[in-house]
Amino acid sequence: MTATHISPDDLPALSVGCTVFAGGGGGDPRIGELMAMVAIRELGPVEVRPLDGFDDDDLIMPCGMIGAPTVMMEKIPNGAEGRVIRESYEQQFGRPVAAVMPFEMGGINGVLPVAWAAYAGLPLLDADFMGRAFPELQMLTPHLYGMPGSPAVITDERLQTIVFTTRDNIWLEKLVRNAVAAMGGSACGGLYPMTVGQARRPAISGTVTRAIRMGEAILGGGDDPLAAIAEVAPMVRLGQGKVIDIERRTSGGFVRGSALIDGLGDDKGRLFRLEFQNENLVVIEDGEPLATVPDIITLLDVHTGHGIVTEMIRYGQRVEIVAFDSPAVWITADGLKAVGPRAFGYDFDFVPVAERASGSAPTRVAGGFRA
Amino acid sequence: MGGLRVGIDVGGTNTDAVIMDPQDRLLAKVKHPTTPDVTTGILSALQRVLGEVDGAAERVTHVMLGTTHATNAILERRNLNRVAAVRLGGPATQAIPPLSSWPPDLRMAVSCGETIVDGGVEMTGEPIVALDEDAVCRFLESVREQAEGVAVSGVFSPVLSDQEFRVEQLVRQVLGDVPVSLSHEIGSLGLLERENACVLNAALVAVAGRVTDGLSNAMRAHGIAAEAYIAQNDGTLMSLDYVRRYPILTIGSGPTNSMRGASYLTGSTDALVVDVGGTSTDIGILSSGFPRESSTAVEIGGVRTNFRMPDLVSLALGGGTILRESGGVVELGPGSVGFRLTSEALVFGGSVPTLTDAIVASGRGGGIGDATRTTAHTDLLLRCLAACAVRIEEAVDRVKTSGRELPLIAVGGGSGLIPETLAGVAGVHRPENYDVANAIGAAIASVSGEVDRVFSYGKDGRDDALAEAVRLARDEAIRAGADPAHVEVVEIDEVPLAYLTEPVARVRVKAAGPLKTH
Repeated sequence: MTATHISPDDLPALSVGCTVFAGGGGGDPRIGELMAMVAIRELGPVEVRPLDGFDDDDLIMPCGMIGAPTVMMEKIPNGAEGRVIRESYEQQFGRPVAAVMPFEMGGINGVLPVAWAAYAGLPLLDADFMGRAFPELQMLTPHLYGMPGSPAVITDERLQTIVFTTRDNIWLEKLVRNAVAAMGGSACGGLYPMTVGQARRPAISGTVTRAIRMGEAILGGGDDPLAAIAEVAPMVRLGQGKVIDIERRTSGGFVRGSALIDGLGDDKGRLFRLEFQNENLVVIEDGEPLATVPDIITLLDVHTGHGIVTEMIRYGQRVEIVAFDSPAVWITADGLKAVGPRAFGYDFDFVPVAERASGSAPTRVAGGFRA
Repeated sequence: MGGLRVGIDVGGTNTDAVIMDPQDRLLAKVKHPTTPDVTTGILSALQRVLGEVDGAAERVTHVMLGTTHATNAILERRNLNRVAAVRLGGPATQAIPPLSSWPPDLRMAVSCGETIVDGGVEMTGEPIVALDEDAVCRFLESVREQAEGVAVSGVFSPVLSDQEFRVEQLVRQVLGDVPVSLSHEIGSLGLLERENACVLNAALVAVAGRVTDGLSNAMRAHGIAAEAYIAQNDGTLMSLDYVRRYPILTIGSGPTNSMRGASYLTGSTDALVVDVGGTSTDIGILSSGFPRESSTAVEIGGVRTNFRMPDLVSLALGGGTILRESGGVVELGPGSVGFRLTSEALVFGGSVPTLTDAIVASGRGGGIGDATRTTAHTDLLLRCLAACAVRIEEAVDRVKTSGRELPLIAVGGGSGLIPETLAGVAGVHRPENYDVANAIGAAIASVSGEVDRVFSYGKDGRDDALAEAVRLARDEAIRAGADPAHVEVVEIDEVPLAYLTEPVARVRVKAAGPLKTH
């Protein structure tokens, strides 16, 4: 069994790695990083353990924050939310939780569960259910396998707690979203509780350690962070440019909007349009998509290599637009139905970014529609 | 006949002073070594520059000071007030206690106690839970002996600030006349960064008092009855009263002043600016005449804040940088002789090889010091100068945001370090009076007006509300003395408040313009 530990010195790397794999969503990991730092300083490093390091009937607790990360930057959690969720599950299932798991390995949620693992004295499972960040609760891999998100436990910083037992995962999303709004726009939750045996199929393994490796590469990458990133995960460089316009609006509990990026350097004369709903959804040039969800589209700061979350996009930023391959589970028929371009209202199909980049993709799109 | 303006810049090495006439012409300039107490240097520089223009003292109408007092106090952990930090937010926010991410020695120097009491509001303005006033009073009692300042930071206080004001009243009742900093007056959304800035602000109140008293006394001693201002990070000016309340806002004014001064000296609005001082070199970009601002969080002395600051690359290289050689490799600093340059550098009769000596040895010294004293070290000095040029070239490339060649303006006393040609640069400009660009930047700084109000977007829509806010801010700037023909909006900060009935936002607009001098 391989075991590794997250100490305070590893947190900056984990945090930076989570900005890259977030695809623009999930919020600035900073609050999660500081929470984990406070917890680990007090209680010691957190063990990161792969799925194989557990028994099949061990109970795992997938968890994270739900709602607007910008609210959490102001209304920081109490810190005991993880314990409340764990106690609720232990009571419901009648046995102890064996591992804490990040349900989303991107943005703040890639780091926050480290704090809860430290407080609980439990290992952190080296896996998640998204392989990136996504905005909705049915956009987790167990949903594709017909597994229920219920019972879901939602708790706020007052430690007011609701257990949701819903008809299906779409209802779960709808009811939790409303509860979180009433709690002030951000809350913490546990979802899709299951055993290690049940998690074997939906879990995307190795994502915690991959984020740490990515962060280490960027922070130690010297003058060329982009080259360092490409060494950890294959990526397609879509273009480099400067943000010349950014437009955001809040609707339906999400931040939707777009950014215009004017090409620089080798990409001078090109104009890219990035559209997002919390996460980056598509990059369009001349009416043609260059990359779409579920491939992970990230704006990287050209100076630091850090990923830029959608709410931090600012006029004048110099960015590299890159895309990483989607986790395989999302590009199945069921996966694309849940998180493909059409799930976000686009009238075109998913084509892997690597195929588009190699010139084999024939998708000419006019006016946002396939011609 | 119009009034004269005096601009003063206090740097780590020199205190510079200039006199400008109403047409922005430079009438006099002096450089004086910065003194350990800073104030003596200001007094001496003022005295000398006034001596250069007949009857200047009576004709001066404005004195503008740019100073690194606050920055240095934080970096050196000196002269800081002991602060009691009160956060209103429990049971939320307990996961990250106040000042958790501060460098331990700075936290020790500043904090005399930290607490999180129940309180704070949601983004709608509704209370998270009721403010626990008893807990506030108990905490204040516990720090009664140590607290020289109190910093109050409430969750979502930029949306609704009532609780912070209420705690200020409680401080008055329990501790009497202790300076209080309220976070909503200092920063925007982002609790930890706003709280950090608020605590630093409270820690700097005594430093601000010394600077403002020192400037007032220096002016009185020279019979100057003028308006006094201190420059802030965005290139606009603050009254002395304002500085006493918000000293944190002076941080970052130095680079802003030098870039604005460089723009004035060359007439360029888009250029690279390299300011070489005695201990450090700052490289930034002028865009439309103003410094390009940093888009990421800014750290002050290792503490993260959400201030908007010029986006700079700084190098620990300056005219006073100490040069060595070990094992055939040249070492540039990081130490500097600082304000002892004029006694310790070779060309001034000292025994320490510095970058100033290297500049003189290369023939770019412009006649300062005694060049013959460098001859024994020529090889070391010239190799160091070449190594220095490489580091500046790399840093310039990092600052640039496009491949386009930009002109480079070299300013500051040590700017002889900058070679005649640099890759990616369309010519190096060394304007006349380059050595006092900072003081000139202070003298030509803008005056500003600000509006900070909650606007309803319901009736008239967002565009009309923003237009109204801009109009109010412009009027305020003009009332403060700005030239109506040149007032511009420098900042719009919009915080949407998520009320259910109609869209409402807190809008902060700042407008600024040059002083109207005729």
